[in-house]
Amino acid sequence: MNPVQDLIKSLADKHGKNRENLLPILQGVVEQEKYLSEYSMIEIARELDLPAAEVFGTATFYSFLEHKKMGKYIIRVCKTITCSMKGKNQILHAIEDMLKVSIGETTPDGKFSLMQTNCLGWCHKAPAMLINNDIYTELTPEKVREILGEYMKRES
Amino acid sequence: MTAYNTHILVCGGTGCKASESELIKLNFKNQLAELGLDDDVQVIHTGCFGFCEKGPIVKIQPDNTFYVTVRPEDTKEIIEEHLIKGRKVERLLYKNPKTQEQVTESKNMDFYKKQVRVALRNCGFINPENIEEYIGNDGYSALGKCLEEYSPEETIQVIKDSGLRGRGGGGFPTGLKWEITRKVQADQKYVVCNADEGDPGAFMDRSILEGDPHSVIEAMAICGYCIGASKGLVYIRAEYPLAIQRLKTALAQAREYGLLGENVLGSGFGFEIEIRYGAGAFVCGEETALIHSMEGKRGEPTFKPPFPSESGYMGKPTNVNNVETFANIPPIINKGAAWFSSIGTEKSKGTKVFALAGKINNVGLIEVPMGTTLREVIYDIGGGIKDGKKFKAVQTGGPSGGCLTTAFLDTPIDYDNLLAAGSMMGSGGMIVMDEDDCMVSIAKFYLEFTLDESCGKCTPCRIGNKRLHEILVKITEGKGTREDIDKLRMLSQVIKDTSLCGLGQTSPNPVLSTLDNFLHEYEAHVDSKKCPAGQCKALMQYVIDDEKCTGCTLCFRNCPVGAISGEKRSPHYIDQTLCIKCGVCFEKCKFDAIKIV
Ligand SMILES: Cc1cc2nc3c(=O)[nH]c(=O)nc-3n(C[C@H](O)[C@H](O)[C@H](O)COP(=O)(O)O)c2cc1C
Ligand code: FES
Repeated sequence: MNPVQDLIKSLADKHGKNRENLLPILQGVVEQEKYLSEYSMIEIARELDLPAAEVFGTATFYSFLEHKKMGKYIIRVCKTITCSMKGKNQILHAIEDMLKVSIGETTPDGKFSLMQTNCLGWCHKAPAMLINNDIYTELTPEKVREILGEYMKRES
Repeated sequence: MTAYNTHILVCGGTGCKASESELIKLNFKNQLAELGLDDDVQVIHTGCFGFCEKGPIVKIQPDNTFYVTVRPEDTKEIIEEHLIKGRKVERLLYKNPKTQEQVTESKNMDFYKKQVRVALRNCGFINPENIEEYIGNDGYSALGKCLEEYSPEETIQVIKDSGLRGRGGGGFPTGLKWEITRKVQADQKYVVCNADEGDPGAFMDRSILEGDPHSVIEAMAICGYCIGASKGLVYIRAEYPLAIQRLKTALAQAREYGLLGENVLGSGFGFEIEIRYGAGAFVCGEETALIHSMEGKRGEPTFKPPFPSESGYMGKPTNVNNVETFANIPPIINKGAAWFSSIGTEKSKGTKVFALAGKINNVGLIEVPMGTTLREVIYDIGGGIKDGKKFKAVQTGGPSGGCLTTAFLDTPIDYDNLLAAGSMMGSGGMIVMDEDDCMVSIAKFYLEFTLDESCGKCTPCRIGNKRLHEILVKITEGKGTREDIDKLRMLSQVIKDTSLCGLGQTSPNPVLSTLDNFLHEYEAHVDSKKCPAGQCKALMQYVIDDEKCTGCTLCFRNCPVGAISGEKRSPHYIDQTLCIKCGVCFEKCKFDAIKIV
């Protein structure tokens, strides 16, 4: 078995093979692999004995279940109302400028992906963004450059 | 346990955490140890104090001194001055913005004076990662009381008598929901906690889970006891990593203490809680969609009835309640239904947590009795509008709600009054707008949100909202006509009447509400092609005021498209055909010479 099959098998053993365990398994694969490939979706379908179309249909419904290979660090900038009112566009420009990617893209070295997301519940400290599981608030273009600079120094 | 004389409470809510509260705590600990005071003074992290505007916050007990905007380098001074010499560090005290007087104790601050904390009672006072502190504050005593003294029916009666209504938006009476679920016969039932808080502008559920996760666990167990369920599920959105972590810690501790498991508190009642994670879909906050998502399906809503209380998760009776609803349960059991129903208005009992954001001085979480007026919330607690600007409207109810204008400032806030005023309670997000906000753009924003989040199952919501959005874009670009305004109204009505779930049925509300209250702004966009707030890019121009321009060339050097020309030390000029209206020149100019017309 290859590593993806192994991963899926161990996730299925951990969570169970019923339909209601599909989401936790999909989430587990995304956490490890950073995305759901067509291959892993087919493998999950096989493991849970579900039609592949069902797995695909469910996976594509959720915006946090990526089906494109993502970078090591996924940047999600809040695009909702308060953050928009408080200069989210300048934040996006600063990131795009620094990483040379647009929204939805990943840097060629596979380190960063830039995404937008809905309200992060940090409206009182807008604009806000999430990098993997870390929240950054009250952003300014300068602050963003500083934060990303730190990440750039980390191993890819 | 060591008996400490003094406690230093450092806010560990995510907001303050982001701004160095970790380092503040560490500095306190190290410096106290150096002075040999670590046996007398305890330093703890608490949940959010709510006053995030002035965070990080440090509170000293027993004298209740409240320090604001504390920096890591301030800890030394606090220890030396306050703890050792007994003198308050005046520079870190809160100043009343109206009188400039220093306020030492939080209970004397306007921000806290009008607040009554029921759901947030522990947030900011206890360490959410330590179950003993929760237990020390009456924690799990309500569960114990129910299991020992009350039958499930009696417990439900207390909740019914209290008048508690669901805080997730709908306002359905909680006791009644429990009773209905109890009466359905089934071999297995479920208690679900809806922690999918997705409304833009809402963060009360996140704060409760981060600051007081045990209150939700305790209430879910009580609910399980009442309806006859042995299993609970918390559906929490993936965007809340800290809340997830705190909840996990709390669940593990509750199990360890025998407060969850096969035999809760030795009573023979068994209850277990599992966490399920959302994956970034707003509509999953709707209860039927949420249940489908937990079943491993697409999070699409289905028609009600059947309600979840009859047929929910895995086809079994399921009681879905919101986080804040649950957080109200233990105090109701402990203090009684009469106490709870003495707070609030005739039809809306108790308190409500609101999340203040936008153009208001004190942003953050507040909890007030139902029936408090908008004026009290915005001016007394919120400290008024930022930069002395004029209040224009407050948006409540998220993408399903509407805006309330000055005309409603003195309306007591409760479920029914807000509905009558053309908005709704929603989950409690309040986004405050000032004179610089364009209401047509605001409506457009909310529709963008809906468009993004519509699951696409029903046509009115999927396509109708798209058409609404297109018309709004047209209007903000100055291409709208009077007919477009009529079309907006008509189409909105159709979407409301024919959509499948609450998302679609309420999605045109922001449009209708702005049309009702700010028709003149729509008309200005359509008739005179002007945006009164100066927000719509297509309808404005940046021009340089000859009188004020010193010819410093700063704008010329910063313009990304080379639209600005002019000689050094003489007035510059913007070529409107090249200008992309990015606003850089406006921000850079040091002489106020760039005007928006
Ligand atoms: C589009 C939509 C989104 C919703 N989002 C949430 C939410 O994020 N959190 C929540 O508690 N309820 C939400 N609700 C309400 C739930 O369907 C449900 O009424 C609520 O969880 C019941 O709990 P309560 O009675 O304690 O309020 C939403 C409803 C709709 C129609
Ligand atoms: S609008 Fe961005 S965090 Fe809420």
